[in-house]
Amino acid sequence: MTSNDPPASPTAEAGHILPAAHFDALLTLLHEDGFDVRGPRVQGGALEIGKLPNAAALPQGCSATQEPGAWRLQHTGTPAWFGITHGGMSWKALLHPARTRLWSAERTADGFSVHEDAGPAKPFAFIGVRACDLRAIAVQDNVLQRGPYVDAVYNARRNGAFLVTVDCAEPSGTCFCVSMGSGPAAGSGYDLALTELDAGSASHRFLVRTGSRAGEAVVQRLGLCEATHQDSASAKAIVEGASARMGRSMDATAARATLSANRESPHWQDVAQRCLSCGNCTMVCPTCFCTTVEDTSDLSGDIAERWRLWDSCFTFGFTHVAGGTVRESAGARYRHWISHKLLNLHEQFDESGCVGCGRCITWCPVGIDITAEVAALPQDVS
Amino acid sequence: MSAAVTQLAPVPLRVAAVVRETADSVTLTLARPDGSAVGPGAPGQFNMLYPFGIGEAAISLSSDSAETLVHTVRGVGAVSEALGRLRPGDWVGVRGPFGAGWPLEAARGRDIVLVAGGIGLAPLRSVIHAVLRDRAAFGRLFVAYGARTPRERLYVAELEDWQARSDIDIAVTVDAGDAHWSGRVGFVTALLANAPIDPARCIVMACGPEVMMRAAARQMLGRGVPIENVYVSLERNMKCAAGLCGHCQVGPLFMCKDGPVFPFGRVQDLLGVREI
Ligand SMILES: Cc1cc2nc3c(=O)[nH]c(=O)nc-3n(C[C@H](O)[C@H](O)[C@H](O)COP(=O)(O)OP(=O)(O)OC[C@H]3O[C@@H](n4cnc5c(N)ncnc54)[C@H](O)[C@@H]3O)c2cc1C
Ligand code: SF4
Ligand code: SF4
Repeated sequence: MTSNDPPASPTAEAGHILPAAHFDALLTLLHEDGFDVRGPRVQGGALEIGKLPNAAALPQGCSATQEPGAWRLQHTGTPAWFGITHGGMSWKALLHPARTRLWSAERTADGFSVHEDAGPAKPFAFIGVRACDLRAIAVQDNVLQRGPYVDAVYNARRNGAFLVTVDCAEPSGTCFCVSMGSGPAAGSGYDLALTELDAGSASHRFLVRTGSRAGEAVVQRLGLCEATHQDSASAKAIVEGASARMGRSMDATAARATLSANRESPHWQDVAQRCLSCGNCTMVCPTCFCTTVEDTSDLSGDIAERWRLWDSCFTFGFTHVAGGTVRESAGARYRHWISHKLLNLHEQFDESGCVGCGRCITWCPVGIDITAEVAALPQDVS
Repeated sequence: MSAAVTQLAPVPLRVAAVVRETADSVTLTLARPDGSAVGPGAPGQFNMLYPFGIGEAAISLSSDSAETLVHTVRGVGAVSEALGRLRPGDWVGVRGPFGAGWPLEAARGRDIVLVAGGIGLAPLRSVIHAVLRDRAAFGRLFVAYGARTPRERLYVAELEDWQARSDIDIAVTVDAGDAHWSGRVGFVTALLANAPIDPARCIVMACGPEVMMRAAARQMLGRGVPIENVYVSLERNMKCAAGLCGHCQVGPLFMCKDGPVFPFGRVQDLLGVREI
């Protein structure tokens, strides 16, 4: 994948400027290059990720409040185009689809023949990826592409994707990316990173940083002017302001020790009293990757298919073996989920499985808060 | 290991032979033609078997043949029961082989203790076959096998052959005997106390219910076998067998790609945690 290689030479230190009035030029260029361009869109009172024909389709004038168990859209008339951090849907819905057919097969004289479904016809371009979600894509890259086995479906959708991030100016009430080292400014892995400046004024513009050759080429073709040091100072102030207004926090290093020391804590019983085992947290979590398969056949029994669906470690059947289900209690399932996020993924892939996006807190119907649950465990005394 | 895009599609292989072992278990021999996309695998590895249109189940290799794939299946649900209904000439889909196998290299020149409970004898039979094929390369071979009842013993004719041989020492026990049973009754772990092996230079491989494997491991550690020479094979629900579906994780370990065979020291603490 050469297009997303890091830049050959450092670009203008301060970056470039994309005037808001020219935002559509970026989208047009990506469309013309054959990308399936997706971005945040308000649909049915929620924020979804949809086809993005032009900048007017962005959730302009909207904000959202997020609290444990609550996400509310507000038409505040904010001049910002990227005023809503994120909704329940994350980019994993496109890269690692919730439901996909892996193959279909039909009986033949030599047993059966299998047809694997091709990947999407066009590569994706994502507009408005948040810093936390950029890290989440990197987590799924590690799980699904690092090996020894590579996921064919994810591979086909992920390779060649063009990622445009937008730094957060106003974190939500459940965000804690600062604690997880993932935001509010985009780290590595983007093609273009934007910071929205002076929304609502005549100089509404985006500071553009490039993170790949493909990103550099786009900046060149758009003929963007170099940014001033004043522009980058403004962007820095926005990010610092957002960092200071995080909705939540967690001591991620202590969490690892706390979780390894508390496998048998009575606290898991306490969580089990509240947790509904609904699995919402796993559906909205941008790093959760678990799937199950369903095999089907037609009435004649000559044609069969295998479908893959997102699964949740909160279901009773997730760990079932002939002897029964291994994680029978809701407490054991919550312990598995939170331990995998904050402890086990470090051991497996040298990084946190939680990027601090706060979705699991917002979308939990009973408002269970991952930061509060870690804090409630007895600290490691060793 | 380099990263390979996972094989999603099962490869059809023909059933060459079916042997009924017990009321609910069969041994399937699948023909593996030259150049087949499915490799021969090694003892301890497993394949995902797909009876057409029904679903997939992880099934260990129960022999070490290069020309065929041999699998012993106990019917416990939709997929395994469909596998049990296959007849010679039928086709079955195969993906694999997957996983880390038994430490046969490390076992060369050493005594070997195999501890099997129930269907757990299937993956260990592939070790027995490999050892008997190259008998001089290994030290003494002791097999402890426990079945629930005499009728649930697998490979009955082969057990008798092994019992008649002098180069393999096998002890069989059942949880509950019947009118015809004159053999031992009791836990398989009881057979280990006097196993005629040298603890200092022996490798232990256990497969069966987790409680059995933990008890067997403790017993052999008690006899002075170094912990790094004790191996167990673990089972968890798995869908993809390639570390992608997440189902088989136990703490930081994926049973499918890190296991299913593990050095006991690597999983001892985890297995001690309830509902992990
Ligand atoms: C690495 C590995 C190697 C293996 N090797 C072998 C082998 O060599 N031989 C062998 O016979 N088996 C082996 N197994 C086990 C085998 O894979 C399972 O028995 C098989 O997948 C069961 O599938 P099934 O569809 O037949 O049963 P399922 O329909 O999945 O049901 C299995 C059992 O669980 C119960 N059950 C079904 N659904 C649920 C639910 N939602 N909640 C709770 N219980 C439920 C059923 O009643 C049944 O008793 C191995 C497993 C692994 C992981
Ligand atoms: S665990 Fe919660 S906060 Fe962390 S990445 Fe997943 S959804 Fe976001
Ligand atoms: S923590 Fe909340 S969202 Fe997750 S399973 Fe429990 S009740 Fe559902």
